[in-house]
Amino acid sequence: MAMLEVKDINVYYGLIHALRDVSFEVNEGEIVALIGANGAGKTTTLHTITGLLPSKSGTVTFEGKDITKIPGHAIVRLGMSHVPEGRRVFAGLTVRENLRMGAYTRPGSEIEASLAEVYKRFPRLEERKNQAAGTLSGGEQQMLAMGRALMAKPRILLLDEPSMGLSPLFVSEVFKIIQEVSAAGTTVLLVEQNAKKALSIADRAYVLETGQVIKSGKAADLLNDDSIKKAYLGE
Amino acid sequence: MSFLSHLINGVSLGSIYAIIALGYTMVYGIAKMLNFAHGDVIMVGGYMSFCATVYLGWPPLAGVALAVIVCTALGIVIERLAYKPLRMAPSLAVLITAIGVSYFLQNAALLIWGSSPKSFTSVVGGSPIALFGGQLTISPVTIVTVVTCVIIMVALTLFTSKSKAGTAMRAVSEDKGAAQLMGINVNTTISLTFAIGSGLAAIAGVLLCSAYPTLMPTTGAMPGIKAFTAAVFGGIGSIPGAFVGGVLLGVIEIFAGAYISTQLSNAIVFAVLIVVLLVKPDGLLGKRVSEKV
Repeated sequence: MAMLEVKDINVYYGLIHALRDVSFEVNEGEIVALIGANGAGKTTTLHTITGLLPSKSGTVTFEGKDITKIPGHAIVRLGMSHVPEGRRVFAGLTVRENLRMGAYTRPGSEIEASLAEVYKRFPRLEERKNQAAGTLSGGEQQMLAMGRALMAKPRILLLDEPSMGLSPLFVSEVFKIIQEVSAAGTTVLLVEQNAKKALSIADRAYVLETGQVIKSGKAADLLNDDSIKKAYLGE
Repeated sequence: MSFLSHLINGVSLGSIYAIIALGYTMVYGIAKMLNFAHGDVIMVGGYMSFCATVYLGWPPLAGVALAVIVCTALGIVIERLAYKPLRMAPSLAVLITAIGVSYFLQNAALLIWGSSPKSFTSVVGGSPIALFGGQLTISPVTIVTVVTCVIIMVALTLFTSKSKAGTAMRAVSEDKGAAQLMGINVNTTISLTFAIGSGLAAIAGVLLCSAYPTLMPTTGAMPGIKAFTAAVFGGIGSIPGAFVGGVLLGVIEIFAGAYISTQLSNAIVFAVLIVVLLVKPDGLLGKRVSEKV
């Protein structure tokens, strides 16, 4: 059985039908990419999974449990962390406070050990631990947003456009970290506009267009698919 | 010597404004709304303490405790019933609702306790302290008011900066959606904020009525508006700002009344506010977090 199963979800913004019968699954240990153009419904899909948006119909199942109606704040306790689009770090809180908020649902005794782990993965965050998060550069904020999500010790990590607005150097860094996190045993669902990069590290991928899944398959196959090349890879 | 006496009175009145302003500023900081019913919660606190001591014969401290408990509960109920359904509504709708709640509370008090003023007995006993051979007297309630205000300010600052719940409050104030992704229950956090703000309003109500012992259904209205002014003056959303704004406002009001004109004292208070906001739109201690995009 898949670790995360999204089945026939429909989401509306007022009268606009934003997601139409979207279904896909993520198996344990995989990196699955959701690719598609701006406005295709990628972010909406993630928001629906983690309870920031209600769905009209359909189900989301995580590790065999129906989480469709579970309130957003309860999702992270189940082992699912979401790094939102635009990073959304708490600008007025220090780096360390941001990371501590990431571990909000965990017992206080475990937090120091997790902080040490995150600092080891992101040494830059340790250097700036007492700085307000709003003073970090975009790339550093992305590191912080990812570190904050990892503080919850998730079994699955949902990443929304982690490379957006970053310098090429940071983009490579971010994708390298995603691979490391995956290698360490965390399942990853990755939403990206940078389809080439996403497909190059993913196991499988789904292509969203105007709220529908129009194609899916092995990432390596999609990289060589002519229509995908034309529409999303700029070749 | 009269200058010193006015200063002490001003700081004392200002301390009451500060306690009310702390409630305003916390609710604004977290829920991003102006709870104009906040002033009327003060009045409810005053009546609760009055009823407990006069009708039930309870000791003053038990009266204060009752006022705090009732107002805390009232704050939570008001938020749940009146404001929570409007979480997604435009801020104007919330503002109008808050004014409606304010009128509701005033009129409910009018129905229950009538329009004639009740004379409130100070919860702080003891005789005034005479200094400089009787030239300067300080009443015990003044000292209690100032000390209470400082304790509350320090406690709130420590709570929001050091505790987990306080940090979560700041997180909610910055980004509700992201806070939710951390596992923070936004509704509970907002309730907690209203509970704290309303509990403080009860304490302010008791202190206000102890210093100015007439209790009417409209007792909380004017101090409520002035405390709101104080919160804006100091920088709304900032806890030290509410404290500084409140104390300054009290001092300005008393000095204006003493040296310029009693009738004009309120006008002068608001004129000062306008000037400060023209020069410093974020208030005295208002913070602007620089954000890189």
